[in-house]
Amino acid sequence: MTDLTSLTLAEARKGLADKTFTSLELTDAHLSAIEAARVLNAFVMETPDQARAMAREADAKIAKDDAGPLAGIPLGIKDLFATKGVRTTACSKILGNFVPTYESTVTSQLWRDGAVMLGKLNNDEFAMGSANETSCFGPVGNPWRREGSNTTLVPGGSSGGSASAVAALLCMGATATDTGGSIRQPAAFTATVGIKPTYGRCSRWGIVAFASSLDQAGPIARSVRDAAMLLRSMAGHDPKDTTSVDIAVPNYEAAIGKSVKGMKIGIPREYRLDGMPAEIDRLWSEGRAWLEAAGAETVEVSLPHTKYALPAYYIVAPAEASSNLARYDGVRYGLREQGKTITELYENTRAEGFGAEVRRRVMIGTYVLSAGYYDAYYLRAQKVRTLIKKDFEDCFAGGVDAILTPATPSAAFGIGEKGGADPVEMYLNDIFTVTVNMAGLPGIAVPAGKDAQGLPLGLQLIGRPFEEETLFSLGEVIEQAAGRFTPARWW
Amino acid sequence: MSVDAATVRRIAHLARIAVSEDEVPHLQGELNAMLAFVEQLSEVNVEGVEPMTSVTPMQMKKRQDVVNDGDIADDIVANAPATEGHFFLVPKVVE
Repeated sequence: MTDLTSLTLAEARKGLADKTFTSLELTDAHLSAIEAARVLNAFVMETPDQARAMAREADAKIAKDDAGPLAGIPLGIKDLFATKGVRTTACSKILGNFVPTYESTVTSQLWRDGAVMLGKLNNDEFAMGSANETSCFGPVGNPWRREGSNTTLVPGGSSGGSASAVAALLCMGATATDTGGSIRQPAAFTATVGIKPTYGRCSRWGIVAFASSLDQAGPIARSVRDAAMLLRSMAGHDPKDTTSVDIAVPNYEAAIGKSVKGMKIGIPREYRLDGMPAEIDRLWSEGRAWLEAAGAETVEVSLPHTKYALPAYYIVAPAEASSNLARYDGVRYGLREQGKTITELYENTRAEGFGAEVRRRVMIGTYVLSAGYYDAYYLRAQKVRTLIKKDFEDCFAGGVDAILTPATPSAAFGIGEKGGADPVEMYLNDIFTVTVNMAGLPGIAVPAGKDAQGLPLGLQLIGRPFEEETLFSLGEVIEQAAGRFTPARWW
Repeated sequence: MSVDAATVRRIAHLARIAVSEDEVPHLQGELNAMLAFVEQLSEVNVEGVEPMTSVTPMQMKKRQDVVNDGDIADDIVANAPATEGHFFLVPKVVE
């Protein structure tokens, strides 16, 4: 039998349906792979007993031909999703040993459809980071290394554990979340596929909140088709999240292989940055040529407020984070540091429980919302956000079906290489992805090639609201042209 | 705009995060780096532009004003660091 961990989710589904192997065999193969890859630090909690129990249940259902669309498929869950009875920490010391008494809507829908949970995946603390270096469990290793080098690189972030685990064949797919690029940037760094759906497509209920007007859940997977299969289960209306939309979930997989002939693809000139590596520019041109070869038409477009998206984000996101993270008070759950007064208890708990990046963002958020500064910072940033969204609306009104951009301004870098002196250096990682969150649009990152050092690079496609199907059709064209990429195993 | 040491202490207190004196200069530098970065927003003409309140053009749904949850006090205090019965314990707040 071929190594079961090397299958795509779609191939595994067929093998399970044909009774070539069982979910228990598939699950055990992944549990062994996880055990052998602990040096990557992708999982912060392994749940082998629960995984085997869920696999047995799936096998029983498959035997009775009563299987859901993801029956028996082993997945990893980002530690930002509340999982009933299984420790959930957002990779922050402040949540300590928090064990939810409830299940997030997104994960409950995956279990409803028969998926198997292998464990909880590492991420940046409260999803604040672009390298998975701010986790209280330590950094995650990228399964990709530069050719001829032993240096461990970051997998990107904040969904670094999800991307690393999927790329290293430790799970068949993973949940992730994206507030400014946290699905698409790590996907690009690890040659995996990641989609951030339209704001409101997936319920945020039971996901640890970072910036509520920007946060969206989505999958990281080994292929475009696999991502489509996972999103179908994750998406859907939820009365418990008032921003969740009541629109039927399409069968995204049906969009795979659909013709893109006649589609109009925008190439935004503002994404051509000064000093951008030539190989990123070349990859972008290649992507354009692949889509044209498949019958799409490409046109230059302008998104004039692009350069303001990242600074506006670093007002809006910290402001919302400072409000959301006010709940960590040392009283109701998680860590408590003693204090003589209740204020001292709060201050000591939050100083001890939050890491440096989280403290910094909560403080900047507090400042931009404070009396006398609200109009100058927060209100202005929300107005700029309206202009950013209008750029996209004008572009789509001109008949553009989707926009093609690079996913990241560089390939993966070494642990500790960036952001040490100036936090803004790290923030620039999200320069191509953050606009999409500001406008609430869907965006997919698809592996498209490698740089001169053998590291993966990705392209991003941005779609109209709720037109994820267009992104899957176009993403498949890129995947067919570029091929799929698997790292050489060194761990 | 930039913040001075006194402002850093004031923000830390507003955010309820204890900050020691030797952390202040470092934090001041980092916060000022972020403020310098967002400063470029001041060059955007936002005259007459509505601030964004929702990215999706939808009416916020309202829930029925009915009790549909409750009787889970055990669940609610399950993760608390200090409790007595179904109460959270905190240092004395009122003299």
